[in-house]
Amino acid sequence: MLSNLDATLALTFPSDRELVITRTFAAPRHLVFAAITQPHHVRQWYGPCVMTMTVCEIDLRVGGRWRYVLQTPDGSEHAFSGEYLEIAPPERLVCTEGYEAIPGAEYVATVTLEEQDGMTTFTNHLQYKSKEHRDGHVGSGMETGMRETYTRLDALLATL
Amino acid sequence: MARLPTTSDVFNAIAEPQRREILSLLTTGERSVNDLVEALGLKQPQVSKHLKVLRAVGLVSVREVGQQRLYRLNAQGLKPIYDWVTPFERLWHERLDRLDAYLKQLQSAEKEAGKEEEEKNVEQS
Repeated sequence: MLSNLDATLALTFPSDRELVITRTFAAPRHLVFAAITQPHHVRQWYGPCVMTMTVCEIDLRVGGRWRYVLQTPDGSEHAFSGEYLEIAPPERLVCTEGYEAIPGAEYVATVTLEEQDGMTTFTNHLQYKSKEHRDGHVGSGMETGMRETYTRLDALLATL
Repeated sequence: MARLPTTSDVFNAIAEPQRREILSLLTTGERSVNDLVEALGLKQPQVSKHLKVLRAVGLVSVREVGQQRLYRLNAQGLKPIYDWVTPFERLWHERLDRLDAYLKQLQSAEKEAGKEEEEKNVEQS
């Protein structure tokens, strides 16, 4: 199954326990790799706009941990963390990822960067322990996405 | 947590890889059962069983032409799945859009720095 909001982003479900996110960037891959692994860069783009990134810790070495905390406008905090399993700049990064509020549902994220003519194809392959975990994760995106959409709508309505 | 039967829940109906393959085959147009049996390399009763489930959840419909039963995809039946995945997709879309914008910013900053460097070199020479 493949859905399309924008031609540059693709979500595919190769199996019950997998999810693959693909996107192309007009930048060389060393820059993309830096943007996803250095805290001062990550802080600039990660997380939906309405959220504030209050913590961005990255210990970029195999066995090292990372931790991101996002704060919603109502003040509640959502922490995500994991461990780096493989680091091969500028083409591959493998780590575990989990939402701290739901322990035990960690998944493995493998980011691959392929460069061609100055363009980089970013592929994030997420491997879950079970179909339930994957579905739960995708389902949780729904909540965040909806919240964001409604907040934006509120902001828009306030200006009318 | 108890699962809904595959015959009433579209998510469970397509959790089965062979049924997903049937749907993929039907994206190119109508196909007879024999056609599907051949393409999938499965036994006919198996294929018929899968088609029965897909019919029950409204993902395929069937019409009879002479001796043949032709199946076609009813894409509208996939809407619940589309509705489920779209917000998650939007989240990633926005996140990566921001990364894209940030990368552009970084590159123009790099270019600026490069230009200044060049200008300096020109001044010095």
